[in-house]
Amino acid sequence: MNTQDISVAKGTHLAVQAAHARNTGTELKPEWFEDIAVNRSATERRAATLTTRRTVKKEYQAAWLVKAITCIDLTTLAGDDTAGRVQRLCAKARRPVRADILEALGLADANITTGAVCVYPTMVRHAVKALQGTSIPVASVATGFPAGLTPLPQRLAEIRYAVGEGAKEIDIVINREQVLTQNWSELYDEIVQMREASGDAHLKAILATGDLNTLRNVYRASMVAMQAGADFIKTSTGKEEVNATLPVSLVMLRALRDFGEYSGQIVGFKPAGGMKTAKDAMNWLILMKEELGLPWLQPDLFRLGASSMLGDIERQLEHYVTGRYAASSRHALA
Amino acid sequence: MGQIKDILRTMEYGPAPESNTDVQVWLDANSQGFGHFINGKFTTTANRDLITVTNPANGSVLGKVVHGNAADVDAAVKAARSAFGKWSVLPGHERAKYLYAIARHIQKRERFFSVLETMDNGKPIRETRDIDIPLVARHFYHHAGWAEMVETEFEGYSPVGVCGQVIPWNFPLLMLAWKIAPALAAGNTVVLKPAELTPLTAIAFAEVCHEVGLPAGVVNIVQGDGTTGAAICGHKDVDKVAFTGSTEVGRIIREQIAGSEKKLSLELGGKSPFIVFEDADIDGAVEGVVDAIWFNQGEVCCAGSRILVQEGIAERFYNKLRKRMETLRVGDPLDKTMDIGALVSAGQLKRVTTLVEQGKSEGGTLWQAPVKLPAKGNFFAPGFFTDVDPASTVCEIEIFGPVATATTFRTPDEAIALANNTKYGLAASIWSENINLALDMAARVKAGVVWINSTNLLDAGAGFGGYRESGFGREGGREGLYEYLTADWEKRLPLAKAEQSLKLSAAPDGEAKVGAGGSIDRTAKNYVGGKQARSDGGYSYSVFGKGGQVIGQAGIGNRKDIRNAVEAATKAGGWGGATAHNRAQVLYYLGENLDARRAEFEALLVESTGVSTKAAADEFEATLRRIFYYAAQADKYDGSVHSTKSRHVTLAMNEPFGIVGILCPDENPLLSFVSLVLPAIAMGNRVVVVPSARHPLLATNLYQVLDTSDVPAGVVNIITGERDVLAKTLAEHDEVDAVWYVGSKEGSALVERASCGNLKTTWVSNGRQRDWLGSKAQGKEYLRKAVQVKNIWVPYGE
Repeated sequence: MNTQDISVAKGTHLAVQAAHARNTGTELKPEWFEDIAVNRSATERRAATLTTRRTVKKEYQAAWLVKAITCIDLTTLAGDDTAGRVQRLCAKARRPVRADILEALGLADANITTGAVCVYPTMVRHAVKALQGTSIPVASVATGFPAGLTPLPQRLAEIRYAVGEGAKEIDIVINREQVLTQNWSELYDEIVQMREASGDAHLKAILATGDLNTLRNVYRASMVAMQAGADFIKTSTGKEEVNATLPVSLVMLRALRDFGEYSGQIVGFKPAGGMKTAKDAMNWLILMKEELGLPWLQPDLFRLGASSMLGDIERQLEHYVTGRYAASSRHALA
Repeated sequence: MGQIKDILRTMEYGPAPESNTDVQVWLDANSQGFGHFINGKFTTTANRDLITVTNPANGSVLGKVVHGNAADVDAAVKAARSAFGKWSVLPGHERAKYLYAIARHIQKRERFFSVLETMDNGKPIRETRDIDIPLVARHFYHHAGWAEMVETEFEGYSPVGVCGQVIPWNFPLLMLAWKIAPALAAGNTVVLKPAELTPLTAIAFAEVCHEVGLPAGVVNIVQGDGTTGAAICGHKDVDKVAFTGSTEVGRIIREQIAGSEKKLSLELGGKSPFIVFEDADIDGAVEGVVDAIWFNQGEVCCAGSRILVQEGIAERFYNKLRKRMETLRVGDPLDKTMDIGALVSAGQLKRVTTLVEQGKSEGGTLWQAPVKLPAKGNFFAPGFFTDVDPASTVCEIEIFGPVATATTFRTPDEAIALANNTKYGLAASIWSENINLALDMAARVKAGVVWINSTNLLDAGAGFGGYRESGFGREGGREGLYEYLTADWEKRLPLAKAEQSLKLSAAPDGEAKVGAGGSIDRTAKNYVGGKQARSDGGYSYSVFGKGGQVIGQAGIGNRKDIRNAVEAATKAGGWGGATAHNRAQVLYYLGENLDARRAEFEALLVESTGVSTKAAADEFEATLRRIFYYAAQADKYDGSVHSTKSRHVTLAMNEPFGIVGILCPDENPLLSFVSLVLPAIAMGNRVVVVPSARHPLLATNLYQVLDTSDVPAGVVNIITGERDVLAKTLAEHDEVDAVWYVGSKEGSALVERASCGNLKTTWVSNGRQRDWLGSKAQGKEYLRKAVQVKNIWVPYGE
C-alpha cells in the first residue's frame, strides 16, 4: 500500500483531502425541487431493506468500523462544556482507539483519527489548541444553534467569530420557518450569506429535519442549501425530537445525487444525532455505499455527527481482535 | 492483518455466508432419500424410482425424493379421506390449536427453513429469512384464527373434503402454506405435491406436522413430477383441486377435471404492468422495479415485468434504473449480501436465456447489470429491455426471470390500454402521487391485486389471485377461505331427473295453430343491445305448451347471434361503472313494471309449463321478491378493508366480471331466469342469457319490461335456441369472463371443458336440481359468484 492509499484512511483535513472542487452553488432554481414527489412509504421500505440486504463480517467489519471512526465528527455541544471537557474530547479524537488494538489491526502507522471535533464557537479556541500538531479540523456550530432564530447579523457574526477562532468547518442551522412557509428565496439568500461569512471554512448546513416534518420538505430544503453553496448537508442538530433517521438520510442523498446530476457539483453528507452504536455506523456506511458509492465513504464527503458511538465501535474492534467481549472501562473516555 | 488496510481503501463488502451446517446434517442423515408423508408416516424409499434434488447455485446434490405414482397418490387420498371424518367435525378451536402450533414451530425453526429453502430453490437467504418464512408463519397464524371462527363466520358452509394441491417451485414453502393453512382451517384434509425441483421444505414441514401431533392423514405430502400431479388432480376421491403454476398447466387441469364436480382454484401466470406516471416519486419507483422484477430472480407470477413509463420522464427513469443496476449483487444465495441468487434450474436458465435472446433479435435493447456471475450455477444477470413494443415477444410472454420490458405511454388512457393489453390479469403496480389518478388506474386495470406506490406486498389477511388467464379463486383473507368451503345448499342438491330431449324443429308444422282466433301473430326474436333482433340463421322453432299445442315460435339462435350479443354486451361497459344506487333503481323499476303485467305472465306460465294457476301465482310472486332482493343488494353487497400492514388501507373491492354467459334451466322458467340474471346484473355484469328452450316465451316476453325499466341497452341480451349448442359458443368466447350453466351433467362438463380457452370462471349445476322457489335459490352465494375480488393496496403517510 502506498502512502496515497493510506491517506484515504486517515482522518485528514478536508482541504488536504478534497480531491474535488468545493460546491459553488447555483442560482436559486425552484424548478429543481418544488414539484418533487417523495413517497414516504416507498422511502421507508427502501430504507428498511437497505440494511437487511447488506452486511459486513469479520475483517471487513473491522475495516468498516475503522472507516466509521475516520468519519466521525466527535462532538460535544452541551451547556456545561468547558476547556477541560473539550481537551479530553480532543485527546480522544487524536487517539480514538487504544494503541494495542490498532496495532493488532495492522493500523499502528495509519494515523487513525476522527474526522473532526465539533464544538460551540466559544470552545473552538480550546479545541484548536488541543489539536495542535494534528490535521484534525475543528468544526463549530454557529448561527444561533440549535434554533437558528437569532437575528441574521448576529448569526453571520457568530460564523465570523468561529472562523476567527480557527474553525475550519462551520455547521450552520437553517431557519426552519423559511422551509415551513416555503420561503425559498429568503432561505437561499441567508445560506448564501452564511457561506460567504464562512470564507475558506467549509459550510455544513443543518436542516433540522425533525422540525421539517415531511420528506418533501427535507428534499426541498436540501436542494436550496446545496444551491446556496453548502459543502455538506446535515440532518440534525441533535436537539430535535427526531434526529438522524435512515429514511430522512435517504431522501437527502437522493437530493444530493439529483443536485449532482443537474449541476455537476459534489456535496457531502452528515447524519447527526441519535446514532449511538457501531451498528448505526455500519447502517449509514451501507447507505452511503449503496446510494452514492465509494467517494462518499471518505471523510471529505461523509461525516457522522456523534459522541457515544465511538465508544461502542472501540469495543467492537477490541472484540474482533481478542475474541472476547469488551468493557468500556478499558477504553479511554472521550 | 494487513488486509484491513486494503479493505479501508476498497470498502468492499466481503463474504457474509450464512451457515448451513445444521441443514447439511439433516440432509446427510437422509441421504438414502425422502419418502412421501402419508397418513402421518414417511414411506420407504427402497426399490423406488428416485428424483435427484440439486442446489441450483452450485449443482451439488441435496438429496433424493421418491417419484410418486398412482398407487402412492391413491394411498395418500385414502389417508386424507379417512382423516376427513374426524378432522372436519373437530371444534374450530381444536383445529385452531394445531394451526397455531404449526405457526409457532415454523417460527422456532425459522432459520432452518430459510437455509433449506435457499439451498433448494436458489433464492437469496435475505429473502427466505425476511420474506418467505415469516410470511409462512404469518399465514398459519392468520388461519389459526379462521379455524377458530369458521363455524360462526361462515354459517351455512362446510368443508369441501379432500383437497388435491399442486404447488410451484418459486416460493415452495410459502405456496404450501397458502394451500394448506386455509384448507385445514376450513376443516379439509389435503394431499399436496411440491414441485419436483424444490421438494425439501415440504418434507421438513411434514416433520413439523408430526412434531405438533397433527392427526395422521390430515396433511399428506406426495413427491413427484407432473404425472404425479395429474394423478392427484384426476383422482376420483379428490373433491377440490388447487393449483399454482403456469397457465399452460392450469389449462390442462381445467380440461382434465371438467365435469368431475371438483371445486377448482387456479393461480397462474402473469405479465403484470408496472406503471410510472410523471408525478411519481421516481427514486421510489426505481426501487419498486428492484422489488418487482429483481425479486426472487424474477421468478414471481405477480412480478411487475412490464414497465410502462410516461414518455416525458422515460429517459430519466431509464438512466436511474441503469444506475441502480450497478449496485445489484448477484451470487451465492447463502451470502447475506446478495440481492439475486440462482434461477431454479438449468432448464429455467435456458428458457430465460432463449427468450432474452429472442427479445434482442427482435430489435430490443437489453440493459443488464454489470455483474460478474459465478462460474457455476444457474445465474442470470438482471436487466430490462427498451426499444420493445407490445407486439414484441418479450412484452407478451412471461419470461419468469429477472428481466423486465420498458415501454412508454402518453396519457392515463393510453397507460390503461397498454396495461390491459394482455391475456393475463394477476397484478399491477401504479406509481403516482396523485390519488385521483392512482385510484382511477387501480379501478380500471384488469388485475386481482393492485399495489399503489408499492409492489409485491403480500399478507395472509388480503386475497391474492388473478383475473383473466391468471386464474380464478383467491388465496388469503376471507375471500380465500371460500375456496375451501362449499355452501351447504349446493352440496346437498339432488340429481335432476334425466331431461327429456328437446329437438328444435325449424320446419313449419301443419298441425299446429298459433294463438287464439283473431289475435295478431307475435314473433319472439332475440334481444340484443336493447333491440329485438331476428336470429342470424333465420330459423324459428315451435314452442309447445301444455298438452302439446303450439303456443308460439322462438328463434333458433346460432353462434353468430352469440357473437352479436357479446359485442352488444361489450359496448355496455358503463353499467359496471354506474352507481350501485342507480343499478338498484333500475332493478326496482324492473320489478314494478313486471308486476304491472302479472296477469299476462301468470297466464303464460300456465300455458307454457302446465302448472296450476296457484303455482304460477307463487312463481310470479317469488320472482318479484327475488328482483327486490337483488335490487336491495345492489348497493349493499360491497367489499371490505383488510387489516394488513400499518399505514395501509387494503381495499377488497367486489368487481363485476364483465360479461357473464347464463344458461337457464327449464324448471320455473321465469323464476330461474330472474334468479340467475338478477344477481349478475345487480353486481354490474352484463349478461348474455340463453333461456329455457322449452319455455322461451317467458323470457322473450320480458323484452318490453326490460325496455320500459331503463335497463341500458346491452346489459341483458337474450338468445333463444338450443342450450348446449349456445353454451359451448359462450364458454369458448374469449370476450366472455364467466359462464353460469344450469342444466345437465354433460352440459356442465362441456362448459367447463370449453372454458379453458381464456380460463373463464364457470359455475355449473352438474345436473343437480335446485329448488327455485326455496330460500336458497337466492342469497350471498349468488352475489359472491357474480364478482371477483380486487385487492388494492394503498399505503399512506406524507
